[in-house]
Amino acid sequence: MNSPGFVRRPWRLAAEASALVIAAVVAFPLYWMVLSAFKPAGEIESSEPRPWTLAPTLDSFRRVFGQQEFGRYFANSLVVACAVVVASALIAFLAATAVTRFRFRFRTTLLIMFLVAQMVPVEALTIPLFFQLRDLGQLNTLGALILPHIAFSLPFAIWMLRGFVKAVPEALEEAAYLDGASRSRFLWQILFPLVFPGLVATSVFSFISAWNDFLFAKSFIISDTSQSTLPMALLVFYKPEDPDWGGVMAASTVMTVPVLVFFVLVQRRLVSGLGGAVKD
Amino acid sequence: MRSAPLVERGAPGGVGGAVRGRPRVRRGLSRSSPRPYRGGGGWAPWLYLAPALVVLGGLLLYPIYQLGLISLFEYTQAQVSGGEPATFQGVGNYAELFGDAEFWRVLLATVVFAAACVVSTLAVGCALAVLLTRVRAVPRLALMLAALGAWATPAITGSTVWLLLFDPDFGPVNRILGLGDHSWTYGRYSAFFLVLLEVVWCSFPFVMVTVYAGIRSVPSEVLEAAALDGASQWRIWRSVLAPMLRPILVVVTIQSIIWDFKVFTQIYVMTGGGGIAGQNLVLNVYAYQKAFASSQYSLGSAIGVVMLVILLVITLVYLRLLRRQGEEL
Repeated sequence: MNSPGFVRRPWRLAAEASALVIAAVVAFPLYWMVLSAFKPAGEIESSEPRPWTLAPTLDSFRRVFGQQEFGRYFANSLVVACAVVVASALIAFLAATAVTRFRFRFRTTLLIMFLVAQMVPVEALTIPLFFQLRDLGQLNTLGALILPHIAFSLPFAIWMLRGFVKAVPEALEEAAYLDGASRSRFLWQILFPLVFPGLVATSVFSFISAWNDFLFAKSFIISDTSQSTLPMALLVFYKPEDPDWGGVMAASTVMTVPVLVFFVLVQRRLVSGLGGAVKD
Repeated sequence: MRSAPLVERGAPGGVGGAVRGRPRVRRGLSRSSPRPYRGGGGWAPWLYLAPALVVLGGLLLYPIYQLGLISLFEYTQAQVSGGEPATFQGVGNYAELFGDAEFWRVLLATVVFAAACVVSTLAVGCALAVLLTRVRAVPRLALMLAALGAWATPAITGSTVWLLLFDPDFGPVNRILGLGDHSWTYGRYSAFFLVLLEVVWCSFPFVMVTVYAGIRSVPSEVLEAAALDGASQWRIWRSVLAPMLRPILVVVTIQSIIWDFKVFTQIYVMTGGGGIAGQNLVLNVYAYQKAFASSQYSLGSAIGVVMLVILLVITLVYLRLLRRQGEEL
């Protein structure tokens, strides 16, 4: 499919033109976000918005970083997202290995349970989790954000990784054992590096779910705001009646850039990973 | 030479799945070799599974049980603070919920809104995936990067950016469309439509990238042959690609249903917690408002249970689809 040669020329040119236009439309909100973050306040609140600015300024960013503890919120978000990514990748790797490389009782039942678990509306569990975390004394801690997200990203991660673990030839496993490798040596030194691209693809999903989290941060971090995360920092500037658009857009830019960087870094692996996972 | 025959093929009579069910068809030589650790393994798989089971049991299964429990009790601020004991209500909360006209209105809005999001996301995602295969590297990269950008945007920042784009006073969209100071969030349908646009914008990339990866894996000879036979683009899609891509399409459809049914941040932020007089509430936001804004935890939980049931029904349908395709779990 790499050679679109069988498509007639005028059609291909039309397709390419529309692809570029669509790309521009899709990218436009992001462009507007960054642009507005650099616009001086007067220009954002102008009734004739211009798609450029002649006087770019860092005022909005200064306001954002001048906000109490913004840096701390950023660090909190990063800690939460990284903890969720690492923990769910490791746990999902072990679980995916178990359900693909072993035959045991209840294997199919477990697989179905993992599938069903994906459908559980996380948001509906906010209420019981609130009480559970309160009883454990975990409200207002980063743990309250990390733990639930590990649980919620696991089922999908296990399902996605299953395809990657399956794709590793079993002959390799036999060869490793015949060469005297222990099971854990095979697991970490052979299997783990081989399914690493799959782990990268799955971690994109767990990273997003943790980094995006708004509901849990809003519900579980109620009194100790030093434990809050970026979405809450952004809301400081967003007052529905009178939003500080410059501040909102600067905070949004700061919040989006790390994810963008992460996506661009893993882009190739993500695309091939999705192909691998769904082809199965 | 294979030395595999040295290894026993698991206990006769077999522990576990290898014996039950239909015989499994194996492709290729390496697949037909005996597998020493299948069937056996003993405690090993459970050791590998232990962390996952502990986490899922404690943070998913147990909360679900509690959700059901709370929904059967009277549980408001007084009970939470320990002032009054929780009293058993039976199905009382559900009776109250189902007797409330607002609940049915919100339920209907949730289903229609989610369905509209799913259909639009799938249509846009699939169309652009096909478009990606029709263009050369530069436009493809441009579209791919733009889509990755939209995908990477956190829901909350996406929501605020779209609000600014459609702002009646400072947004560029109304200027471009010549709509003056029309407020998109004021009317019920235009507010839902605005949220839908944002949801489609941030969720079509997953569909597009996944379906594109799927199309890429279809041998190009198949498509060229169809094109040489004079099949139209639409015909190729309908008769050749769609059947081959069906497993992928099922996956992205189900994922879209799950995600769009649970949209929270976008509605909450873009319509200010559910719109004017709750006109833009969906079940999620409704449950949140009941529980955390008005301390009616049991009603909120009952709404959660309803959502859970709806999504479980969808899951069962999905499982049946997988079974029919002969997918091996």
